Amino acid sequence: MVKAPKANIDRRDILPQLFPKPEDWLFVSGLAGASCDAAALTGNGPNLYTMAGTMGAAVPMGLGLALSAPDRDVAVINGDGEMLMGIGSLVTVATAQPQNMTIVCQDNSMHRETGNQTGHTAGATNLETIAQGAGIISTMTIFEPDEIPAAQAFLADAPGPRFLVVRILPTMPCDFKRNFNMAECRVNFRRHFLENNNSSDNRN
Amino acid sequence: MLNKEQPDTLDIWSDQVFDVLLAADIKHVAYVPDTGHARLIERAIEEPSMEATVLTTEEEGVGLLLGAWLGGERGVLLMQSSGVGNCINTLSLVQNCRFPFLTLVTMRGEWAEFNGWQTPMAKVTAQSLELMDVLVYRAEQSNEAAELVSAVADTVFNGDLAAAVLFSQRMIGKKEWAK
Repeated sequence: MVKAPKANIDRRDILPQLFPKPEDWLFVSGLAGASCDAAALTGNGPNLYTMAGTMGAAVPMGLGLALSAPDRDVAVINGDGEMLMGIGSLVTVATAQPQNMTIVCQDNSMHRETGNQTGHTAGATNLETIAQGAGIISTMTIFEPDEIPAAQAFLADAPGPRFLVVRILPTMPCDFKRNFNMAECRVNFRRHFLENNNSSDNRN
Repeated sequence: MLNKEQPDTLDIWSDQVFDVLLAADIKHVAYVPDTGHARLIERAIEEPSMEATVLTTEEEGVGLLLGAWLGGERGVLLMQSSGVGNCINTLSLVQNCRFPFLTLVTMRGEWAEFNGWQTPMAKVTAQSLELMDVLVYRAEQSNEAAELVSAVADTVFNGDLAAAVLFSQRMIGKKEWAK
C-alpha cells in the first residue's frame, strides 16, 4: 500500500488560523468531526450550517449557497470521508466555477467517528489531484504547521473555487457541544443571512 | 435533438412550464441531462435571471437547493425517474430542514419504453418520494403540465413543503432513441 506523507497539523487549532475572522464567512460543514471543529470556530454562530447526516451533501449545499450569495465568501468544511462520498460534487463545482467558494477538507485518512477504520487517503488516493482532475482552479495540500501561512495566503489570494486539503493528526475534534436542533439552525442561518443581505427573496 | 424550426408538443408545454418557473421567481435550475427536460434545460441556460447547474448525480441537487434557499433564493431540480432513487438519503434534508423543495420528474419505464433497465425504478418512483415526505403530483396530459406546476410551486414555496411533479412518459412522447 502506498503510504501518504505524515501529517503534523492539529485539527483543533487549524480552523481559527485559516479563518481569523470567521464572522466574515458563511460556512457549511459536513458530518462528524468537521462540524465540531466548525461549530467551535464560530461558537455555534448563525453563519454556520452544520450537518450530521446526508453524507456527501456538504459541498453541494455550499455550492448552492455560493451561487445564491455571490457577494459573500462561502466555505465548506468537511472531512475526507464526507468528501469522498460526494466526490462527484467537485466536478459540479468545477463546472459551475463559483469564485466565492472555498472547500477545506480536514483529511485524517481514517473514519474516526465509526471506529478509526483506515480511509482511502491513507493509501493511494490523493484528494488534491482528484480536485485538479475535476477542474478545480486552485488546489493546495498542507502537511506541516510551517505551511499554514502559505495556506492562509492561498485562501486569501488564490482564485476561486479553492480546494485546500489539510492533512491532520488523528486526534479527537474540538471538544465543543454543537447545536443539533436542525430547525433552529436553519431558521437562525436564514434569518441572519437575510438580515445582512439584500436578497431577492425574503418572503418565506 | 430538438426540432428548432417546428416546435413539437414537448417544446410547447416545456415553454409553458418554463414561464411558470420564471413567474415563481425560480433562480436555480439544477439538473441531470435528460431528453424530456431538454427544452427546459436549454431555456434555463439561456435565461439571464437563472443559474443552471449541471450535476454529476441527482442527490447533489437536493443539497444545492437547500444551500440556495439558505442564501435566500428558490430553485428546482430537474431529473428523470431513475434519479429519484439516487436521492433517497439526501431527501432527509426536506424533513430535517423543512425547506421548500420542488422537483420536476420525467418518467421513464412506464409507456412505450424500449429500455427495460428503466422499469424497476419507474414502478416505485412515486412511492419512494412519498416515503421521504415528498408530496407527489402527476401530469398525464401535456395541456395540464404548466397549471399543475404552478399550483404545486405555490404549495411548495408558500408552505415550506417538498413536492414532486411527475411528467408521464406518454406526454413526453415516444422517441426514436439511439440504440
